[in-house]
Amino acid sequence: MQPFTKLHGVACPLALASVDTDQLIPARFMVRSRSDGYGGYLLHDLRFAADGEKNGAFVLDLPRYAGAKVLVAAGSFGTGSSREAAVYALWDYGIRCVIASSFGDIFTSNATKNGLLAAVVAEPALTVLLGHLAAADSPALGVDLAQQVITSGSLSVGFEVDPARRLQLLNGWDDIDLTLRYSAEIEAYKGALLARQPWRLLHA
Amino acid sequence: MTTAPRTLFDKLWDSHVVTTRADGETLLWVDRHFVHEGSHHAFRKLDERNAKVAEPALTFGIADHYVPTRGRPAIADAEVAGMVDRLSANAVRHGFRLIGLDDPEQGIVHVVGPELGLTLPGLLVVCGDSHTSTHGAFGTYAFGIGASEVAHVLMTQTLWQRKPKRMRITVTGALGPHVSAKDLALHVIATVGVNGAQGHVVEYAGPAIAGLSMEARQTLCNMSIEAGARCAVIAPDEATFAWVRGRRHAPTSDTLDAALAIWHTLVTDPGAVFDREMEIDASAIAPMVTWGVSPEDAAPISGYVPVLQASDPVRASYLSDAFTYMGLTPGMALTDIAINRVFIGSCTNARLEDLRAAAAVLRGRRARIPGLVSPGSSAVKRAAEAEGIDQVFTDAGLEWADPGCSMCVGMNGDRLAPGERCASTTNRNFRGRQGPGGRTHLMSPAMAAAAAVTGHLTDVRTLPVLEG
Ligand code: SF4
Repeated sequence: MQPFTKLHGVACPLALASVDTDQLIPARFMVRSRSDGYGGYLLHDLRFAADGEKNGAFVLDLPRYAGAKVLVAAGSFGTGSSREAAVYALWDYGIRCVIASSFGDIFTSNATKNGLLAAVVAEPALTVLLGHLAAADSPALGVDLAQQVITSGSLSVGFEVDPARRLQLLNGWDDIDLTLRYSAEIEAYKGALLARQPWRLLHA
Repeated sequence: MTTAPRTLFDKLWDSHVVTTRADGETLLWVDRHFVHEGSHHAFRKLDERNAKVAEPALTFGIADHYVPTRGRPAIADAEVAGMVDRLSANAVRHGFRLIGLDDPEQGIVHVVGPELGLTLPGLLVVCGDSHTSTHGAFGTYAFGIGASEVAHVLMTQTLWQRKPKRMRITVTGALGPHVSAKDLALHVIATVGVNGAQGHVVEYAGPAIAGLSMEARQTLCNMSIEAGARCAVIAPDEATFAWVRGRRHAPTSDTLDAALAIWHTLVTDPGAVFDREMEIDASAIAPMVTWGVSPEDAAPISGYVPVLQASDPVRASYLSDAFTYMGLTPGMALTDIAINRVFIGSCTNARLEDLRAAAAVLRGRRARIPGLVSPGSSAVKRAAEAEGIDQVFTDAGLEWADPGCSMCVGMNGDRLAPGERCASTTNRNFRGRQGPGGRTHLMSPAMAAAAAVTGHLTDVRTLPVLEG
């Protein structure tokens, strides 16, 4: 996994509350192979009319936010369906960090495992950030994960991230490599199950 | 030796710990892993590493999200067919059991798992689907995971987790006539908020919970994810043990006693401490419906669509967007909302008890609007047909279909047309969930049936009782 340390890039003030994962990528696109990229499906039904025409007015599609790497939302971002495709859509579009006042649990987990930072910024700082971006000549933010700080010019806002997830992102650790180091413990656990609770292994 | 009192969840957690790291991240053993068509991203990760499935005997594939509900086994859409075929191919290649399209046990994963006795008290169950919380109804630690985690479980049969906080919702009193677990669930979500239980596992306790059937408990635990909870648990009791006993994969005579001895300990000890506590009086709950685009946008059927409050601009803009999408006028009575479709199905409300409740309302009546009834599993379908329930639905003018996720998520092509408004027994009223531009109102099976009869949202308790 690609480590996340720092980034600086265009930041889009999405400002919407309760962006569920069905919004992030509608289910009908999930039959597609990811090899072509999921970026075009990101927030699809908010960005495109029923006939597939881009409506152009959606904030992410405004020219000033082209090439956005950071998305600043409101509360309850990524709630709902566990679909990791929501993270793929963000990633393939180019988003590397989402800032919100709260996230769905599964979304945060999925994001971390793909190297995408879900940064929690509480109110009122979040509103300050949103206002700053909307007013800025060139809307960009710096995000420093080691320092846990978001900056833009003289503006500096701290953010929260779970310590274990922060370490995983900073180092780009892959869970599976890590777990395989515990193979002996896993075998021992399974052995004890077989002896004492065989039904848990469907031996009964 | 004395041990500190523990909650039910603490016990479930402790009994699955393989190892705990210094930073608190804990490696947990997974007892049952369900995969479905949508798990293909995870299998691709295995391929990238040339890895095998660690425990194929504990892995079960179930075709539900993309399966057709009519005209089986043909699947017209090649991309949809590809999803179903890919699951079959992965099952063959990795040697795990597939409950596929043509299997007599096929159905929605969260209905089939318990039916087959794969879901048992004290187990840890995961699936790449957020409504895995359903299985918590059996005193099971069950939660939804993303594709990377599915791949991790496939390769190691374990999962890294950090212990969630514990929240107890004690439900006193009893639900009134025609008020169901779905109404209780919507009431909880409206009270707690759509992400209000984030980071918590919810234990439901109290006399109203003890009085719920196993089906109703599943409905309640199923919807807990909509309040942001990672999972929900209910202490197993005699009703649970009776339900589980004799199921295909449940422990039999040799091991049943040993299992029961453990299952009986799966209760919260007196004095155990929760991070949050909440109390609800079940007798005060009325049939609930949603009006908006989030499950927390729920109100008693006697209520009204909210009005815009200028004092809170974020809320006002959320509401006005929701009203536009849903085609509603602020302040209108919920019973004035006209419906043009009904869907009875999903892992929330398509078990036999749910179908009986809907059929009880529809018996001897005609639906004014078209609708689809998709039983939760093949076993539910057979049982319903044996009781003649299918006939009640078809006599009322609704379509009786095969089991699957169907119009809960629209992946198989069962979708609302843009602008269509549906009384639905599902779990999510997100924009476009049931089809682009579709408008979803969540409610119980009895309430969906009542809406079908009148053509608008209706308090099922106000329908006249039919003679005979
Ligand atoms: S019925 Fe709906 S909520 Fe349940 S598993 Fe299927 S898609 Fe998910």
